[in-house]
Amino acid sequence: MPKLSRVNDFVVKFANVNGSGSASANTLFAKSILRMGVPVSPRNIFPSNIQGLPTWYEVRVSEQGWLGRRGGVDLMVAMNAQTWDADVAEVESGGFLFYDSTRAVPTSKLRGDVTALGMPLTALCNERYKDARQRQVFKNIIYVGALTELLGIERDTVAKLIGEQYKGKEKLLQPNLDSLDLGREWARANLPRPFELKVERRDAVKDRIFVDGNSAAALGAVYGGASVCAWYPITPSSSLAEAFQRYCNKHRTNADGTKRFAIIQAEDELASIGMVIGAAWNGARAFTATSGPGISLMQEFLGLAFFAEIPSVIFDVQRGGPSTGMPTRTQQSDVISCAYASHGDTKHVLLFPEDPKECFDMGAAAFDLADRLQTPVFVLLDLDIGMNDRLCAPFAWDDAQRMDRGKVLGAKELDEGRAFGRYRDVDGDGIAVRTLPGTHASRGSFFTRGTTKDRDAKYSEAGPDYIENMTRLQRKFETAARLVPQPVVQRSKEPTTIGVLYYGSTSPAMNEAIELLAAEGLHLDAMRVRAFPFHHAVPDFVASHETVFLVEQNRDAQLKLLLTHECQIDPARVISVLHYDGTPITARFIVKAIRERCGAAVRAGAGAGKGSGHGKVSR
Amino acid sequence: MTWIARPKFHHASLAKNEAGCTRRDYEGAISTLCAGCGHDSISAAIVQAFYELSIPPHRVAKLSGIGCSSKTPTYFLGASHGFNSVHGRMPSVLTGANMANRDLIYLGVSGDGDSASIGFGQFAHSIRRGVDMIYIVENNGVYGLTKGQRSATADEGSMLKKGDVNTDKPIDMVSMAIKLGASFVARSFSGDKEQLVPLLKAAIEHRGAAFLDVISPCVAFNNHAGSTKSYDWVREHNEAVNQLDVMEDHEEIVLQQAPGTVEEISTPDGTTLRLRKLAQDFDPTDKAGALDFLERHGAKGELVTGLLFVDRAPKDMHQHLGTVSTPLNVLGEAELCPGSKTLAAINASLR
Ligand SMILES: Cc1ncc(C[n+]2csc(CCOP(=O)(O)OP(=O)(O)O)c2C)c(N)n1
Ligand code: SF4
Ligand SMILES: [Mg+2]
Repeated sequence: MPKLSRVNDFVVKFANVNGSGSASANTLFAKSILRMGVPVSPRNIFPSNIQGLPTWYEVRVSEQGWLGRRGGVDLMVAMNAQTWDADVAEVESGGFLFYDSTRAVPTSKLRGDVTALGMPLTALCNERYKDARQRQVFKNIIYVGALTELLGIERDTVAKLIGEQYKGKEKLLQPNLDSLDLGREWARANLPRPFELKVERRDAVKDRIFVDGNSAAALGAVYGGASVCAWYPITPSSSLAEAFQRYCNKHRTNADGTKRFAIIQAEDELASIGMVIGAAWNGARAFTATSGPGISLMQEFLGLAFFAEIPSVIFDVQRGGPSTGMPTRTQQSDVISCAYASHGDTKHVLLFPEDPKECFDMGAAAFDLADRLQTPVFVLLDLDIGMNDRLCAPFAWDDAQRMDRGKVLGAKELDEGRAFGRYRDVDGDGIAVRTLPGTHASRGSFFTRGTTKDRDAKYSEAGPDYIENMTRLQRKFETAARLVPQPVVQRSKEPTTIGVLYYGSTSPAMNEAIELLAAEGLHLDAMRVRAFPFHHAVPDFVASHETVFLVEQNRDAQLKLLLTHECQIDPARVISVLHYDGTPITARFIVKAIRERCGAAVRAGAGAGKGSGHGKVSR
Repeated sequence: MTWIARPKFHHASLAKNEAGCTRRDYEGAISTLCAGCGHDSISAAIVQAFYELSIPPHRVAKLSGIGCSSKTPTYFLGASHGFNSVHGRMPSVLTGANMANRDLIYLGVSGDGDSASIGFGQFAHSIRRGVDMIYIVENNGVYGLTKGQRSATADEGSMLKKGDVNTDKPIDMVSMAIKLGASFVARSFSGDKEQLVPLLKAAIEHRGAAFLDVISPCVAFNNHAGSTKSYDWVREHNEAVNQLDVMEDHEEIVLQQAPGTVEEISTPDGTTLRLRKLAQDFDPTDKAGALDFLERHGAKGELVTGLLFVDRAPKDMHQHLGTVSTPLNVLGEAELCPGSKTLAAINASLR
């Protein structure tokens, strides 16, 4: 049986039971590879549960820097008896299985084409530690010790990371180092050396940082000047609000303990968005963080914010549909429900960050956009970028940058006699001037309502007043298309008639797929859509390519729906590549889908490709 | 509804108050509610209270939900910013507004449908949080704007216009508010200005969650035999427990009070409440006593009006949150953005 043999290019998957303390040990493993200068991209696959259910942590090691999920597993660390069979089955032929051999595993439970690496983990651990809780915690560090030794990850690198982790808690440091060494020594003495999968020191990480998108977006909100946050806990968005709290406690607290921010964990999502709207109406930068079910609950208020023109920011960390279970998996399935959120004729600004760096950038920019456009702005993350640590460019900030508070008249302007009509389009861009409560004793006050008003905010049920307002809002949306982040185009090296559109967390898998397809002679121009409303470059891209794919992570081709509808494009012009089983999309999946479709088109000149894998290809 | 334009509120003079404003400055657009609607009387009382306290109108933000009652902020304090939000959600919008700027006075106007049904959760949680506000429920026991459906405050056994009898238990908003931790709770009657105006003034000066349940008859849908909230019924059953006056000076707190005398309560924020205790056994600082009193008199079919409960050392949401004294909405880059140096350190911690 030929064994896989790879340097700095493989996938390790940990199968654990949640609540067992494996999460921090697994992160330590991934980070130690990063510290070896080799890029990694880890992903959590976890249940809607706190203790006792299966959980996985998949680490892709890629010197080339591919950060998308690869698919397949080269080394399985099988620590969960419940999922043993499925875990063993997932290993690539020629791969490896690391397991706890304290109790003998019958050969029928192993695979002939997979090398089994048994370590009597429980026995070793029980021998060393008497306390049950210590046994549980250190067992994880022992296997990290064995694995890092096996893969050639330097001991000092791991030890340094442990030192950083337990800084200020020195009592915990030595026992952790001891169990690390216990694992390493055992592996050195008992596991086959040299091992076929290797981590070798490189300088491929450079100055990149390793962070999750939720923290990055929260930090963006801090830098963007958000001072009010209202939220209701929901996976996978809770850690965004919690990170905002953490960063604010650290960077926005005065010496006397008073806070330059206010955060409320509300009673539900309706109250969350209501508070955001109230705060933004009153001139503070405010946001909420939620996921699909929260967006559903906020619908009525989002309409009010749209019609009343309240600058509000909503971070939606997308997940699967209702209830629990799938919801702790990733999807891009709130595109339509956000774009057209609410009743009446509403349309909203959406931003699609591709990684934590863009979560930070867009997390800050969303507040400028919301203030400038006086409308809700959605930042659409998903679980894949929101809750997994991802390698990305370092955050950057220009201290000369100023908040764009948009068109707000202050007391001075009102005193100077500046005319004020809340819904008058004075500049022709559809954006009217607003005032904040409490500004001036006699000028600039107005009554905020949903729809029933004239251009001076007086109560009016007259049809022409309604139409005037609605056409202005349409004009404002056209202005938005010019202000939102522009799409990013990646031209193929060879001339091509094939184009591919994608957005958000699909980015790393797409980048890799483009290169893999190019190696096969299939060249693609690629456009990463970064916002809705669409810049004219997006329909232009479709028009200028004979074959156009749109890759997304939902069943109903939601961005295609939006694009073909809003830009009046014949839906037959855009071929969907759809991945929606809850796992992050892979380059392998995209390559297969495009290859099948293009192969067929190129070879036979027609005919749709067959569905494949977890998703489907359809027109 | 009638669409007859009625004159603005009557007033003796155009005398200026200490804020340099006349009473007219506290009025709003002409009401489009039904002639005789209790809600209009409440608007008039609001005008009078703010005028008498000399509060500059633009320092007030008035927010409401949806309903006839929620339409009324258009009819008073025309120089204030107003927000007619969505049904039952005024409390969250007001809470957010207050988070953004703690320096304004927040007046929330709601109805019994708005607060006791669709918005019951938001009512409860805004009270729990101690949002510094005056929260008024204009309680007519009916859905006025949608034409006469039963509300959750309608008494058991009351009849709707169409003749069906209410069998559900009523929600008593004042008892709820007391239980939920409101630091000022009162009930009054829209037609009784003598009582309502001082209560409003005290609520305005109170620095915490002040809740006012104002019985406000709907002349279109709830003023008929069988309804327990019509004019005559209220007049008969009201039992005024006390009366209060608001004083601007900072006098000492008088805690003990003999029946029939005057009680003054000074709160730490400088408000002095002057209470005339009419009921023998009533003490507005005794929470359990108030609940008990409400329960006992409620059982007799009586509506207790007056100042039911006041916490003399109220805490508001900003104290709980520990926010700076400067309103958050005026903080700039220097206070909000940690800058590039800090970001470089954050980057370094993420490698
Ligand atoms: C979400 C939603 N559901 C229903 C309505 C319809 N609606 C408007 S006002 C109202 C009831 C108002 O009753 P109340 O708050 O007691 O006010 P009143 O008119 O009696 O003063 C209802 C149900 C609405 N505006 N929004
Ligand atoms: S319907 Fe009732 S509550 Fe509404 S305006 Fe008329 S009297 Fe007032
Ligand atoms: Mg009502």
